[in-house]
Amino acid sequence: MAGRPHQWLRSSDEIPTMPRMKLPYSGAIDCDLHPALPGTESLLPYLDAYWRDTMVMIMKGNARMELNSYPPNAPLTARPDWRPKQGKAGGDLAQVRSQALDPFQIKFAICNCLYGAMAAYNPDLGAALCRAMNDWMAAEWLDKEPRLRASIVVSLMDPDAAAEEIERRAADKRFVQVLMLAAGEMPLGRRAYWPIYRIAERLKLPIGVHAGSMMRHAQTQSGYVSYHAEDYVHQAQAFATQTISFFAEGVFAKFPELRVVLIESGVSWLPGLMWRVSKDWRGVRTEVPWIKKIPADIIRDHFRLTIQPLDAPPDEVARVLDHIGSDDILLFATDYPHWQFDGDDVLPAGLPEQSVKKILIDNPLATYPRLQEG
Amino acid sequence: MADTSQPYVSQARVNHRGIVDCDIHPVTSKPGELSQFMPKRWADIFNTYGARVAQPFIGMVPYPRMTAGNGSRLDAFPPTGGAPGSDLTFMRQQLLDPLGIEYGVLQPLSIGSQTFDQGLGAAICSASNEWQMAMWTGPEPRLKASLCVTQDDPDAAVAEIARHAGNPQFVQVSIPPRANEPLGRKRYWPIYRAAAERNLPIALHSAAYGPGANSGSGWMSYYIEEHYAFAHSLQSVVTSMVMEGVFEEIPSLRVICVEGGFAWVPALGWRLDRAWERNRDELAHVKRPPSEYMRKHFWYTTQPMEEPEHPKHLLDTIRWIGGDRLMFSTDYPHWDFDDPRQAFKVRLDDELDQAIFRNNAKAVFGLE
Repeated sequence: MAGRPHQWLRSSDEIPTMPRMKLPYSGAIDCDLHPALPGTESLLPYLDAYWRDTMVMIMKGNARMELNSYPPNAPLTARPDWRPKQGKAGGDLAQVRSQALDPFQIKFAICNCLYGAMAAYNPDLGAALCRAMNDWMAAEWLDKEPRLRASIVVSLMDPDAAAEEIERRAADKRFVQVLMLAAGEMPLGRRAYWPIYRIAERLKLPIGVHAGSMMRHAQTQSGYVSYHAEDYVHQAQAFATQTISFFAEGVFAKFPELRVVLIESGVSWLPGLMWRVSKDWRGVRTEVPWIKKIPADIIRDHFRLTIQPLDAPPDEVARVLDHIGSDDILLFATDYPHWQFDGDDVLPAGLPEQSVKKILIDNPLATYPRLQEG
Repeated sequence: MADTSQPYVSQARVNHRGIVDCDIHPVTSKPGELSQFMPKRWADIFNTYGARVAQPFIGMVPYPRMTAGNGSRLDAFPPTGGAPGSDLTFMRQQLLDPLGIEYGVLQPLSIGSQTFDQGLGAAICSASNEWQMAMWTGPEPRLKASLCVTQDDPDAAVAEIARHAGNPQFVQVSIPPRANEPLGRKRYWPIYRAAAERNLPIALHSAAYGPGANSGSGWMSYYIEEHYAFAHSLQSVVTSMVMEGVFEEIPSLRVICVEGGFAWVPALGWRLDRAWERNRDELAHVKRPPSEYMRKHFWYTTQPMEEPEHPKHLLDTIRWIGGDRLMFSTDYPHWDFDDPRQAFKVRLDDELDQAIFRNNAKAVFGLE
């Protein structure tokens, strides 16, 4: 399937594209970099007395809260040559500098720290740990490395508490986004979550949706899948579900300035979704009367996607982007230290020449207004 | 920016060489029509309790279609009364004759495969099979039947397949893409073996309800969301069957994805190949790249037709999937019916046109 021309048809419209390559110039903005939380004990200094005692109590026996979506030893979770001899990949600032920020000549990198705090079912536990993670991020990473920016992580189990945390933490302009997982308790467009979107819109913070699941529901309509590879494949379904949920529920009718960034989604599933929901909307639009324009246009206006990974094979990437109908919506990302590419060739092959600078610099700046404030 | 050129007229239709429609929905015309084909015990239970399934309503799908006709074409209500798809004479007049349908494959969407009481479910499936022969494929030889089975009682499913062995009126075994477990799991393999041994493909038609939530984030709110999730249920079938190694065990198995569209197929193949390459250790039983299994074992019916903003983009999609994998379908009498004269908004060359409208399906179903 991978790009082999079919006997009946040939690809038309040759588009000049770039090979898989190093970045052509410095100053790229990395919209998905993963510093690792060494463990829950790292959060103890940032918890109040009640939660510090509680965490000490439940951490007896080296209990951890890693995200099930990223098993620490799984190939995807860290590139082999980025795994340190001890500790977690992405856990050391010196390594993040020497393996990502320096070689890729990054101007800014947005830190998305993935940990179980976002997936806790207990709303109070989730809120306490997310708050501590945000303060840990500011003190341990942002204060020490001026190229870093970060996402505010939140638990969605108590949306009002999440909104409070966003308002508190957003006073620090180095936090440029709100981060949530692609699969959780409910589809993300649900009105229960709107307090989060209200504050995010007001503070010009995009909503970042990152691959990962609370495992609250099965990945498929026929139950939980057997293999990690299947789980990761199904993250694309999770992103598709959320994309539709956001506009079907009317989030953008209510919050017209809100932007959503789909992070580590694979990208290539998007055109088929745009075609399907745009056609369906013509047929069943009376169900969702707040949608006033064609869903494909809503998606191009409100959604952005990071380009690691990019599932389409090199020969077909330009065709896929042509189907999406816009190169405004792609954002550069390394996805460091996840294993999406080898060597220094961080730019996926097949991107149209004319789009590279937009993807590396212009689109991220337009998506994250706070990056322009320094 | 849509293409404003004239709708494309299929060569298969122009040449009057006949079309194979892989998705036609027959329904009963009156209460008791199905239960007359059940043993008394199950008929009594069916008539007393109904077919209890995982959805809140009786008499309405969980996501009402919010269109005139609640999911059916308004002009498909038969003049004699009854529901759309319940009157063979009217189906001939509206579908088979004017559109040149040489063969039509029935998809009765048997509720037996989703019924909580699996004994009742097996009885409903058996009755659906008898009913198709008595009411449809017997009187109308252009129509072919689906052998409905209850996938979560594999023993009963295998017995039902054996019961109709060699009956040429059945051209496929039908199960829903929403089951109690991912459909590549070993518990379902006896069904696949039984079908493959009889050279019958497995057809999975999108289902309006099932035992699990329709997304990894729980239940969605609107039909416009659910309708897209139909494609997800089929993506999960492809993923599970390939990654569980079904085709290494049953190499002659053929699978048809019905009413899930097809624009998602290339992206799924690319993503599966990447994941397989990365996780070779946990997938040692999957010998080849997943897209190769897709290219060999899966077919996709065309309705609901994909409509790119630029119609020519559809040719990329077909190239990526393979023109030999697609089989035309109308979904008669539902609201998003595809008319073979207008379904494709882009010109297909003659060979591809013939393949999609008739030859692929004839080969898959062994129709002459």
